[in-house]
Amino acid sequence: MSDNVKEITSVNFETEVLKSDTPVLVDFWAEWCGPCRAIGPVVDEIANDYNGKVSVGKLNVDNENQLAMQYGVRSIPALLVFNNGAVVNQIVGAVPKNRITDILNTVISS
Amino acid sequence: MNRKVIIIGSGPAGLTAALYTARANLNPLVFEGSQPGGQLTITTDVENYPGFPEGIMGPELMDKFRDQATRFGAECHFKHVTKVNFSEPPYKVWVADECYTAETIIIATGASAKMLGLKSESELMGYGVSACATCDGYFFKDKKVIVVGGGDSAMEEAIYLTKFASEVLIVHRRDEFRASKIMVERALNNLKIKVAWNTVVADILGTQKKGVHSVMLKDTQNDKTREEACDGVFMAIGHIPNTDLFVEALDADQAGYIFTKNGSTATNLDGVFACGDVQDNVYRQAVTAAGSGCMAAIDAEKYLENLHG
Repeated sequence: MSDNVKEITSVNFETEVLKSDTPVLVDFWAEWCGPCRAIGPVVDEIANDYNGKVSVGKLNVDNENQLAMQYGVRSIPALLVFNNGAVVNQIVGAVPKNRITDILNTVISS
Repeated sequence: MNRKVIIIGSGPAGLTAALYTARANLNPLVFEGSQPGGQLTITTDVENYPGFPEGIMGPELMDKFRDQATRFGAECHFKHVTKVNFSEPPYKVWVADECYTAETIIIATGASAKMLGLKSESELMGYGVSACATCDGYFFKDKKVIVVGGGDSAMEEAIYLTKFASEVLIVHRRDEFRASKIMVERALNNLKIKVAWNTVVADILGTQKKGVHSVMLKDTQNDKTREEACDGVFMAIGHIPNTDLFVEALDADQAGYIFTKNGSTATNLDGVFACGDVQDNVYRQAVTAAGSGCMAAIDAEKYLENLHG
């Protein structure tokens, strides 16, 4: 995992995600999910590319079932984009990098 | 740099082609696509791949395939090919705006899960509608789910889902399954699994916010519809070949499967080969895909030998 990626838990969710000054990309994932493993390195790359502009976190649904339920995650990988404490966009499934960055660029410029 | 071989796809076919072309010193470049490892990465136990008497997990098997190919020098990139131009050699392959060229291309893009084609289905994909029980089953603990289909993958998904769900209803349009006997028996003997025969899903009801809450089922014998409450719908109604990029350049059948010459992996274009599920709507097994990947590598090697004398 890249140094620019934070592990998100119920303990730090509020400070790291809801109260973040920048938009946050949260990767809901699990060990046993093949497509999650495929997209993991892409999320790491994005964390490095967008360092300072977007913070990036990974949330293990096995450990944080409650947060996954709360945000209606029923399929992983699920990438939720938070801005000012609310979900502003989400992507389900392993998608090409540019689909994720397109969304992040829109959120940053808005 | 003009490559000898570019391989598009990274399932059993693509990675076996990579292994063989790497060992032939052809320095293959593999574009893994959006699902590195292919369809086996969304399965659990693979019990019918020879050489693994205890079975092996699909993702683990594909890691081994990749390790074996890269050990001999295959380069595997997690990139998705967006455009090709096969009008003349060297053949061109684009990943967004990066262009790569090669003397031969091996197409091993496989197949994807087929969808019913309902509007509600695409709207609710990821919100209760799924094509991957192993990815999403976890979110349906103690819930009722529906599996649509009647083949081996439908049986496998249904059995897998009983680990989480309280009830699994298999909805099948015919009055018997086409799955293998061993899988049908396992499914029908499972107390959590029920079957709605001669039935199709006419609509899926729910919202992105709250997920799926029910489906409309239609009895094909009398056209009567009824609403069935459920929390998830898993599709296992077969596959479509991933050939959108190639249909202009290559001959394919009506369903999109690429035509290969009898007993070889050659397509209608010299130096372009196809292997695995993208050209096979009959066998569609990991081991047959691997076998045809080996054929494609040997076909490409021979083609290059003839070309360079």
